[in-house]
Amino acid sequence: MTDPTDRAGARATGRPPRDEPHPSGDDRFTVIDKHLKRTRYAQDQLIETLHIAQDVFGHLDEGILTYVSRAFRLPPSRVFGVATFYELFTFDPPGDHTCTVCTGTACYVKGADKIVAAVADAYGIAQGETTADGVVTLKTARCLGSCGLAPIVLLDGTVIGKEGPDVIVAKLHEAVAAGVPAKASASVGAVDGGDV
Amino acid sequence: MAAPIDLHHVAEREHEARSRYPFRVKVCNSTSCQSAGSAATLEGFEHAIDRHDLALDAVVIPTGCMGLCSRGPLVRILRRGGDDTMYQAVNGEVAVDIVRTHLKKHQVVETNLLDTSIPFFAEQERIVLANGGVIDPDRIEGYVAHDGYRALAKVLHEMEPLDVVHEIEASGLRGRGGAGYPVGSKWHLLANAPGDEKYVVANGDEGDPGAYMDRTVMEDDPHRLIEGVAIAAYATGASQAYIYVRAEYPRAVERLDRAIRVARRNRLLGRKILESDFNLDMEVRIGAGAFVCGEETALLQSIEGKRGTPQLRPPYPTEAGLWGKPTMINNVESLSNIAPIILKGSDWFSSIGTDKSKGTKVFALAGDLVNIGLIEVPMGITLRTIVEDIGGGIPEGGTFKAAQTGGPSGGCIPSEFLDTPVDYESLRALGSIMGSGGLIVMDDSSSMPEIAKFFMEFCMDESCGKCTPCRAGTVQIHGLLDKICSSRGTVKDLRHLEQLCATVRDTSLCGLGQSAPNPVLSTLQYFGKEYEQLLVDDPLEVSNA
Repeated sequence: MTDPTDRAGARATGRPPRDEPHPSGDDRFTVIDKHLKRTRYAQDQLIETLHIAQDVFGHLDEGILTYVSRAFRLPPSRVFGVATFYELFTFDPPGDHTCTVCTGTACYVKGADKIVAAVADAYGIAQGETTADGVVTLKTARCLGSCGLAPIVLLDGTVIGKEGPDVIVAKLHEAVAAGVPAKASASVGAVDGGDV
Repeated sequence: MAAPIDLHHVAEREHEARSRYPFRVKVCNSTSCQSAGSAATLEGFEHAIDRHDLALDAVVIPTGCMGLCSRGPLVRILRRGGDDTMYQAVNGEVAVDIVRTHLKKHQVVETNLLDTSIPFFAEQERIVLANGGVIDPDRIEGYVAHDGYRALAKVLHEMEPLDVVHEIEASGLRGRGGAGYPVGSKWHLLANAPGDEKYVVANGDEGDPGAYMDRTVMEDDPHRLIEGVAIAAYATGASQAYIYVRAEYPRAVERLDRAIRVARRNRLLGRKILESDFNLDMEVRIGAGAFVCGEETALLQSIEGKRGTPQLRPPYPTEAGLWGKPTMINNVESLSNIAPIILKGSDWFSSIGTDKSKGTKVFALAGDLVNIGLIEVPMGITLRTIVEDIGGGIPEGGTFKAAQTGGPSGGCIPSEFLDTPVDYESLRALGSIMGSGGLIVMDDSSSMPEIAKFFMEFCMDESCGKCTPCRAGTVQIHGLLDKICSSRGTVKDLRHLEQLCATVRDTSLCGLGQSAPNPVLSTLQYFGKEYEQLLVDDPLEVSNA
């Protein structure tokens, strides 16, 4: 549905999209617009707006950030600066399956690093990366706050606790074999962490 | 305008509704128990109660954290005017069994019984977590029935703002975010700050890995925090408040948002609160994954929608904070102590704890322990009581090696100091800090240099990059630790490490950098041998390693 050229067209108008319909033709921008209007384009809403943009698009990119900066009448440097400062904003579309390993202290003590290494090894990706075919994303999270179940892994949003590297890799293989989940997880904070 | 809530009436109605059922089934639905499968537990109860036609005999209430997370999902069955039974590891099937046996035949299900007389429960004193495992966080009525918003009503109708400040000062409450600055003094600073436009901010950016105290309060008892913030705003003359929550806590954001809406509808927020002349609006702001935003000046930047980089102090936020206006930042746990202090009095509060550290502290107990979960203990309790009694000791024949407090800003405390009382000064004297409340216990299988490296990696990743000592220093320290951990380090490296730690501690701009060396320094102090054994200079030592 996103057509980059259309979005470029929207940018070329140079006006914040206050009252006009979306030149991009992409409905997802209306979600952002709604929030902008509700908060009266207050510039301190930048982080909230980026969260919403990432929720609807799955990730951020140059077009989206330019759009947001125009809407707020903020220099692009400020918007890009904020988007790149915060860990939860991502510029890469996530894979079909996301495996998030908690690397909080309690999970670390219980061997979370071995799980990260095992998954990384099995799929040839480093932490934060997605396989070239876009199937598996490996992430780490600071602390999911369910330390009683340490070590914790979120596989497509489902909590797996107290399991070692072998079981986790096996379950991930299983998930991949089963195909694309109904709703792929987008980001640790907004989606994965939500159902812990 | 909607009529303000009649607290007395709502509470009475709630008590009445409660006594209608012979049994109340409270199912812990906090994040940890949910991870353990409490959704199936809830479903199991609802289903079985329906099938056994017990809808008039039992009501199921999803509640906040009951504490003993490692035994979840936890369930409490309260019999009208009678016993309070607790069950552990209640999955869907056990739930059905409990309905059949406990609710129908009035017999206890022995297999899943949890003895509540164990030290884990007996040694605790719950003020902040008083409503955990008691009320349904999504219903304001539950909070009101447990004296909720009575403290706000009391300050608005019976106390002058300055009296409230004095009461908090007299209580001796100190900041629960870690540093331990007296809360009352901070309130005094904001109350005395000139101007009409002032802000109160609740710091819910709980970033220490392994710490989830504030999340639990925000998720399980959101109205307690809202009431505390409202009282703080009244006492200091603020008319706008923010609750800053990290984005990793979406459930806390959702609960707080909803609770604020409900409070507004009931005239507990907004204009002319509870028919007084006090106006206050409150908003939740979310972070986006930056540990440094727990630092107060960085947090304010983030609320303004900017990069969360710390600012030079002075000016302090109470002089020039949000948009240059006087602003006060209090930790979530600190603010959650306010309503009980107002209701029960500063004398009551200051009677708990030690000479300089009053009240209780909530800890997230984790690591190599039998009992893992959330505890609230009076200040001054010894680490030994926490580890051996409440925590139930080290499992499977392991031996205690160290207790880590304060997360990446704290230190590791060895066994010879287990009898140290838990208070701000004693922990600092040991080279650690109280911190926000993460307490992780490690057994003898943990390597201390590795732990130090783990925390340094955290600080390196989370350094905002503004000042050089922290940005470059953490990378260099991490590099040295990596070298030592992989048995490539020399005596010179070790000396270098110590010097660098001192430099980063003394010259960094904000608390992140200043405290980042703590895990290294404290492990060097108490477990220096482990470092030495990893060095390559001394062939004799290396052969032992």
